[in-house]
Amino acid sequence: MSGFFGTLAREAFLQHALIGGLLASLGCGVVGTYVVAKRISFVAGGVAHSVLGGMGIAYFLGASPLAGALAAALVAALIIGWVNLRWHQNEDTIIAALWAVGMAVGVLFISRTPGYNADLMSYLFGNILMVSRADLYVMAALDAVAILIVTLFSKQFLAVSFDPEFARVRGVRVEFFHLLLLCLVALTVVVLIQVVGLILVLALLTLPAAIAAQYRARLVPIMALAIVLGMAFTGGGLALSYAPDLPAGATIILLAGTTYLFSLGARRLLSWHKTRRTRT
Amino acid sequence: MTAPVIVLENVSFAYDGVPALEDVSLEVEQGEFMGLVGPNGGGKSTLLRIVLGLLAPDAGRVSVLGAPPARARGALGYVPQFATFRRDFPVTVEETVLLGRLGKTRTLFGYRAHDRALARRAMEETGVAELRARPIETLSGGQLQRVLIARALAGEPRILLLDEPTANIDLRAEVDIFDLLKTLNARMTIVVVSHDIGFISPYVTRVACLNRTLLCHTASPISGEMIQRLYGAPVHMIRHVTAREPGLPS
Repeated sequence: MSGFFGTLAREAFLQHALIGGLLASLGCGVVGTYVVAKRISFVAGGVAHSVLGGMGIAYFLGASPLAGALAAALVAALIIGWVNLRWHQNEDTIIAALWAVGMAVGVLFISRTPGYNADLMSYLFGNILMVSRADLYVMAALDAVAILIVTLFSKQFLAVSFDPEFARVRGVRVEFFHLLLLCLVALTVVVLIQVVGLILVLALLTLPAAIAAQYRARLVPIMALAIVLGMAFTGGGLALSYAPDLPAGATIILLAGTTYLFSLGARRLLSWHKTRRTRT
Repeated sequence: MTAPVIVLENVSFAYDGVPALEDVSLEVEQGEFMGLVGPNGGGKSTLLRIVLGLLAPDAGRVSVLGAPPARARGALGYVPQFATFRRDFPVTVEETVLLGRLGKTRTLFGYRAHDRALARRAMEETGVAELRARPIETLSGGQLQRVLIARALAGEPRILLLDEPTANIDLRAEVDIFDLLKTLNARMTIVVVSHDIGFISPYVTRVACLNRTLLCHTASPISGEMIQRLYGAPVHMIRHVTAREPGLPS
């Protein structure tokens, strides 16, 4: 562990990695809370995986994969949102199709790109140690956009997530805010892909908020706790993985997953203990 | 009586070709407490959703306070059927009631002090003020129903529309809620959907009976014979009355 902190003090790449993790935690805490409360993790998964299509095309054309990811994420979010509003009964089939087709497009384009395809693994599983200063600026900007929009429209997002029919009666444009929320999910997914890759994104998006929701009963406190937890997981995972040279993304996810299971178990045990005590 | 606040003229509606309402005409006067009764699947909720502007009728004309329903929404308070949302959603009583201010408060950022004051008054009126910080997950059925009524009142409605407000709650709580509605009726028009014709009849000023194709309305107490007609007899046996005041423009 001392090796980690020693290197952190000296090396820019590790500082970038840590800052990247902290920036990712902001987005995943705020937007992940809506994903958990509204139960749209499958939608978020569809958006995350179809992103590979956009990255593959951008890679093939020699453009920035990050820009490709952003475009693909937004398009996927809008398609899924539109399907949800029009043909609600087919939503899950269409998400599954988009999920797989997006990945297939990505794999095809990457295989047709001349040169060495080392980047594929880092798209899939993330490579936090490769985060550049420019990436950090993009991540910070996307975080800022997400947090600004949530701050401006917190009332509408609560109404649309909690009770969309009542929101409509009150004159809230439910379709617009539903699509806007999915676009925020798309932005967050792109931020998180930098850290843990598109396969593991779903865990980092949902686990901190799911743990926080066990201890807090309102959206804003859940967001705050989820941000703290996300920072602990990304920072902790990075530190744990450094000395034994483990993949950072996978270590971060395992840390989050273990904490989630432990928290769930502890709460079950506590409530079982309480009911036993009241019975006797 | 003044001009009717809700007017439906020959309204029909079908869900994917399955008719839910056929040629329904109804007027609700200002200050009425109308009970909308009928069997399950009789189109009661559909009618309410048309008045709220959530559904557009396939045929016929609807006007609420002299305007199309979507434009009258600001004057409508809506209490949805029990559990149209998830009970375990992380939201408190006060946050739920404040949602009733949407459309009346500013669009950006949080609520104003004025909104919080109105939400507090609505919670006091429905007797849930001391529950304000509680997550809705921890409420009883009767308490949640009062919270939903408070949410509708927070928007300062002129017409209160309730869809089966006492389904799934016990009789004691049901009586309390109808007593509360009776008090509210002093200052607003109320339309309440129910399948329990016997229970609501002492409270309401008029009953409209709806079984898809027909409508009867009467101010007299509902007799057992009428219940028999509404729920078990052919269409032609039911008396159709139009409750339009003479001399009013139609």
